[in-house]
Amino acid sequence: MSVVANMFNLLFPHGVAPYLVGGLLIGLGVAVLYVVTGRQGGASTVFSSTWSWFVATPFFRQAALLDSRRWRLVYAAGFVLGGALYLALGLPQEASHLPAWKLALGGVLIGYGARLGGGCTSGHGICGMASLNRGSMLIVATFMATAIATAWIMKGLGVGA
Amino acid sequence: MNTSIDRLVTLVAGTLFGFGLSWATMIRPEVVLSFLTFDDLGLLFVLGAATGLNLIVFQLVPRLRRRALLGGAFEPRPFQVDRRSLAGGALFGVGWGICGVCPGPALAGLGAGNPDLLIALGGIFAGALLHGLTVGRRECPAPAPVAAATAD
Repeated sequence: MSVVANMFNLLFPHGVAPYLVGGLLIGLGVAVLYVVTGRQGGASTVFSSTWSWFVATPFFRQAALLDSRRWRLVYAAGFVLGGALYLALGLPQEASHLPAWKLALGGVLIGYGARLGGGCTSGHGICGMASLNRGSMLIVATFMATAIATAWIMKGLGVGA
Repeated sequence: MNTSIDRLVTLVAGTLFGFGLSWATMIRPEVVLSFLTFDDLGLLFVLGAATGLNLIVFQLVPRLRRRALLGGAFEPRPFQVDRRSLAGGALFGVGWGICGVCPGPALAGLGAGNPDLLIALGGIFAGALLHGLTVGRRECPAPAPVAAATAD
């Protein structure tokens, strides 16, 4: 029994409760949007649809971006508001200490990759898999694999978290 | 459709999402990186709970109702995977593995008082622009799922 408990503590040093509750709240947000409006609420398309206000190339003028850019911006504002609500309630929050170059380089790759890949952790990971879309499952497996490999390489090079 | 109710529900849905990301501590890049290096596998429960709940909702609700509560059609997800989108997924993973940030947590974490995430957000906006300017020159991809005429 203690072997099992030790194994559990090793794999989940912070327990599972915050992760489970947080995941259910995230899922509830996606579910509310879907049941009430019919929309699938991924997080990454807003970064393309918002550019459609400023860039008039054919790509950014496509109907899929123009027609959804308003609700996507409202949805994204909700994300910021959700974080602000968490802060306002005085819930535990630790500052992070990642070097700027990692945030900048990672950010560009995330933005480019998510749009080229048709979605991110929420679009493919939640909406796509909940839709039983096989393509989304393939993309999730792909980005999980490259993310794990990259994180281990960074750790090996001594520039991990 | 009543647009103001639509906007309010969309804002509430996003707020739930952002609050959940904060509660799950996914707004801390270090937590995500410790998942990717197997030091804390808790994020499996975040993805499992969020996806599991919506697996039920996405599969069941359209069978019980013809239309969404505000009258819109239930969107399908017409995503077709190909080599280019797989390459996009691979690049996204490399970026995620470098900084532990994904698009949702970048927004929620900013709200929760981590201004460093502005750098990541700037990078994500730049990456999305670069994608639109380079890929768009060759073709417009299949439209992302959008709500029917009721969207705006």
